[in-house]
Amino acid sequence: MAEKPFIHPYIPNAVPATKQAMLRELGLSSVEEIYAEIPDRLRFKGRLDIPEPILAERDLRRHMAGLLARNTSAQEFLNFCGAGCWQHYVPAVVDEVINRAEFVSAYCGGMYSDHGKYVARFEFNSMLGELLDLDGVANPIYDWGDVAGRSFRMASRITGRKRVLVCGTMSPMRLAEARTLCQPEVMPTHVQIDLVEWDRASGRLDLADLRAKLAAGDVAAVYWENPGYLGFIETQGGDIVKLAHEAGALAIAGVDPITLGVLTPPGALGADIACGDIQPLGVHMHAGGGCSGFIAFRDDDPVFAQECPLELYTLGESEVAGEWVVAEAIPDRTSYGSRDQGKDWVGTASGLWTIAAAVYMAVMGPQGFRELGETCIARSHYAAQRMAALPGVKVLLTPGFFKEFAVNFDGAGKSVAEVNAKLLDHAIFGGKDLSAEFPELGQSALFCVTEYHDQADIVELVAALEEVLA
Amino acid sequence: MSPTPPNDDAHEKVARLARYRREGGVLRDYHAVRWNEPLIVEQSVPGERGVLVPLAEAEVLDEVGDPYGSIPECTRRETMPDLPELSQYQVLRHFLRLSQETLGMDLGSDISEGTCTMKYSPKMHEELVRSHKMADLHPWQDESTLQGLLEIVWRTGEYLKSISGMGHVTFQPGGGSHAVYTNACVMRAYFAAKGELSQRNEMITTIFSHPCDAATPAVAGFKVITVMPDENGYPDLEAFKAAVSERTVGCMITNPEDTGIYNPQIDKYVEVLHDASALAFTDQANANGILGFARARDAGFDACHFNLHKTFSSPHGCEGPATGAYLCTDTLAPYLPVPLVKSDGEEYHLDYDRPQSIGRVRGYLGNWMGVMRAYAWIRSLGPDGLREVAEISVLNNNYLDRLLLAVRGVSRPYAEGHRRLDQVRYSLEALKEDTGVGTEDVHDRMVDFGIQSYWMSHHPWVVPEPFTPEPCETYSKDDLDEWAAVIKKVSDEAHDDAATVKKSPQRSSCARMTNAEVAEDPNQWAFTWRAYKRKVLGRKEK
Repeated sequence: MAEKPFIHPYIPNAVPATKQAMLRELGLSSVEEIYAEIPDRLRFKGRLDIPEPILAERDLRRHMAGLLARNTSAQEFLNFCGAGCWQHYVPAVVDEVINRAEFVSAYCGGMYSDHGKYVARFEFNSMLGELLDLDGVANPIYDWGDVAGRSFRMASRITGRKRVLVCGTMSPMRLAEARTLCQPEVMPTHVQIDLVEWDRASGRLDLADLRAKLAAGDVAAVYWENPGYLGFIETQGGDIVKLAHEAGALAIAGVDPITLGVLTPPGALGADIACGDIQPLGVHMHAGGGCSGFIAFRDDDPVFAQECPLELYTLGESEVAGEWVVAEAIPDRTSYGSRDQGKDWVGTASGLWTIAAAVYMAVMGPQGFRELGETCIARSHYAAQRMAALPGVKVLLTPGFFKEFAVNFDGAGKSVAEVNAKLLDHAIFGGKDLSAEFPELGQSALFCVTEYHDQADIVELVAALEEVLA
Repeated sequence: MSPTPPNDDAHEKVARLARYRREGGVLRDYHAVRWNEPLIVEQSVPGERGVLVPLAEAEVLDEVGDPYGSIPECTRRETMPDLPELSQYQVLRHFLRLSQETLGMDLGSDISEGTCTMKYSPKMHEELVRSHKMADLHPWQDESTLQGLLEIVWRTGEYLKSISGMGHVTFQPGGGSHAVYTNACVMRAYFAAKGELSQRNEMITTIFSHPCDAATPAVAGFKVITVMPDENGYPDLEAFKAAVSERTVGCMITNPEDTGIYNPQIDKYVEVLHDASALAFTDQANANGILGFARARDAGFDACHFNLHKTFSSPHGCEGPATGAYLCTDTLAPYLPVPLVKSDGEEYHLDYDRPQSIGRVRGYLGNWMGVMRAYAWIRSLGPDGLREVAEISVLNNNYLDRLLLAVRGVSRPYAEGHRRLDQVRYSLEALKEDTGVGTEDVHDRMVDFGIQSYWMSHHPWVVPEPFTPEPCETYSKDDLDEWAAVIKKVSDEAHDDAATVKKSPQRSSCARMTNAEVAEDPNQWAFTWRAYKRKVLGRKEK
C-alpha cells in the first residue's frame, strides 16, 4: 500500500503542497538547505529514542487516562495532609474563569492588547493587600520557600546587613529553598540564616533567644510564620516586630492568607514585608504545582518597592476620562530591565493562579473569609480533641491553631509511616510525617482539617485511626 | 472506490481571493472587546455574597465552643478586610469581561511573541490536567498512589535525555529562568565539592542570551562577564577566550541566540571552557528549531534546560505556571535538587538520598502539570514528528523572513548570507529614520489589526529599534502572510500618515495611558487599590 503523507493536526504547513509553495518562494528544494547552518559535525544523525506516535486523539486520550488511573486523588480518598499545600474547596466559578482560553493561552502581551490580564493582576494585588493590610503587593512567583528567600535578600539589600533570624519551626522545605538563595559563606553576597529557639509546648518563638541573637546589631530581618508550619498560632507577632525594629532589623511575616479573615494581618502587626503562598486561595493542589509565592510590603518608604525583585503593576489613567489602565511599575529594577544588575531575577512563574486567587477573594468577600476561618478552627479542634481521646495519642502544640496540628503516636508504639500505610487501607491520606523534620517531636504527624472536611469525614478518620492503632 | 476529492481549482481560487484581500491592504476590520469595565471594588454592594462556605456543625460547635473566641485576643483580626462584596454572577461576568479584554494566543496571532515559542496547546491536555487525577493530588501522598504521575515524569525524562543527549534530569524548577538558576547552583556545588569555589567566581554569558543567564548566576553569588557580539552577530570568540581564566566557573549561553543565528563554532567555545576546567551550560528555552537536529551534549555542553511551556506545548497561562526541565551529565548529576524520580522498571519512586544535592530550588515536586502535557505532546508526535516540528518552524521562519525583508524600513542585522533557524531579530532603524515611527509605535499599532503586539527585545537593545517574531510550527502559511501584511500595512502608514501610528492603539480594549510617569513616582504609583485611595484619591479630596 502506498504511504499517504501523514499530516499532524498541530502542524498545518506539513501539507506537501503548502510546504513546496513556501520552499519555492525561498528558492530552496528542501529545508535541509537551511539546516546547512548547523555544521555536519554538530548534526544529530541518529533517531531519537522516543516511541512511535499515538496518532489518533482518542487513542492518546485513552493511553493517558490509563496512566492517570494509577493515581489516587484526594477526591477518591479523604486527605488530611496539608503542610503548605492545602485542600480547600475551589468554587466552580474560579475554574470557569481560569479555564477561559484567553487567560490560559496568554503570555507576555502588552498592556493594551492584554488589558484584561493587567487589570486582573491589579485586582489580585489589591485584594491580597486588603487581606494582608499592606499597600504594596508584587506579582507572585514560584512558591512560599522561594519568596521567603527573596524576602531575606530584599531585607539584606535594604539594611546593608547580612544576617537573618528565622523561627526554628519554619518549614524545613521552605528553609532549604531559602538557604539555596542565600548561598554558602564563601560567596560575597551570602546572607547568613540563624534559627531562633522555640517553645516545645506551644511552638511559639523564644523571645529571650530572639533578644540575645539581635543583640549584636547585625541582623537584617527577623522572619516568623503565622500560623507556624506546625499549625500553632504565633501570638507574639507584635513583640517580634517591636524587638526587630528596636534592633534596626526589618520584620518579615510568613502567612497563610486564608487565615486572614480571623487572624491579625501582618500589616496591622507592623510587619515591613509579608510573604506566603496563594495556593489556598482557590487553586487546586496539583501535587504541589498549585503553589505560588507572594511578596507584599509597606509602601510608605519607596525603598521596599525599589528593592522588591518581582514585577509590580500600578493603576493609571487613559485618554478616556474614567477609564483605568494598568502598567508595569519601575521595570528597570528587574532582571528583564537590568540583567545581572537587577534585583534577583524574574521569570515565568504562576500567572494563572493569581487570576484564580483574584476570583476566589472576590467571591469570598470579607464574610466568606470570616466564616471559613471559623469553620477551619472549629472542625480542626473537633478532630484534634477526638484524636487526643484515642489511647496512646497526644496532640502537641495545642494552645491555639487554625487548621493544622501535630499528632503524636509515641504512646501507641506506632511510627507515622506505619499509621499512614494502614490508613491507606481505609482510603485515607494521613498527616505529613514530621519524624525526620522535627525529631524532637517523636513519631508525630501534621494533620490538616479545613472547611473541605465535614464532621462525618472527621468521624471516619477517627474511627479508622482507632482501628489502625488497636 | 474512494470519494472524489474537493475541486483543487476551486480551492486555489478561494485562496487567491483571500490573498488578494490581504495583499490589497484589506486587513481585518478588527476592534477588540471593550467593556469599560469598572474595577471590581467599584462594583461592591455591602451584604452581597459570591459563595457560601460550610459552617461548622452544631455538634462540633457544642464540643469546641466559639471558634473566633478561641483565638488568643492579641491575634484576632479586629477590622474585616475591605474586600469587594458581590453576588456570584456579577463576579463571573466581571472576570469574563476581563478575559475578553485579553488577546490570548488562542485568538490572536502570537507569532508576535518571539523568544516565547507560542505554539498550540492541545485542548485534550487541558482536559486531563483539570481532572481530579491531576488537579486534586497532594504532593506528600504515598508514592503508591502517585504511580501514574511518577511514571509520566520518569518517561518524559527519558525522552528529554534522548533529545538533549544528557544523562540526568530534574523537573523541579518552576520555569525556564528557574532552571537556569538551578544550573548556577549546580555548578556552584560542583566547584564547592572540589574546593575551588573561592577561586572560581566568574560566570560568562553573552548579551544575546536571555537576561536570566546573567541575572541568576549573579543571585548565586557569581561575578558575571557578558560577551558582546562580533560583526557577524556571533559572540566574539576572541573576547570569549580572553574572558576565560582559572577564575571561570563556566558559561550560560543560548544557541541560536535571540538573533536566530546558529553559531557554527559553538563546540569551540565549549572547548575553551573545558581546557580551563570550567563548565558549559546552554539555555535551550527556544529549542524548537533544533529538535532532533542538534543536541546540546553533542556540542560538548555539560548541562542544558528546556521550557516545557515553550517547546513542549504547555500553555503560558498569563505567565505561568511553567515548568523548567534541567538536564546534565554524570559529572553534575550528584548536585541535582532532591527529590529525583527513579524507576526499578516496574515501580516509580522519589529519591531523596542524595548527599551532595544542592537541596531545593522549589517546594514539593515541581509543576508536573507541564510534564504531563509535554509527555502527551511528545507521544502524539514521535521521533519523526518532533523533527517535523523543527523543520516546519524553520521553514516558517525563513518564509516570514522573506516577506518581512520586503517591507520598507525593515532590516536584519548581522550574518548576511546566513539563514536563521527559529526566530529573527529585525531592526526598524531605517523606518525610524525615514518616518519618525519607531518599534514601540509599531508595537502599539499592530494591536489594531487583531495581532498581539510583538516582542521587541530584551534589554539592552543591541539591535536598534528591534522586533523579534517567532513563527513556530503552529502557524499556517495564511497566518504568516497575514502577520507580514500587518507589518507592511503599518510601515505604509508610517510613511503616509505617521500620526495615525503614533496615536495607536485606537481599536484595543483600552485607550492609551496618559500618566505613564506614575510608574516611576513613589508618590503616585499604586500597586493596590488601597494605595491608590491613600495616595491619589486622598490627595484629590484634600
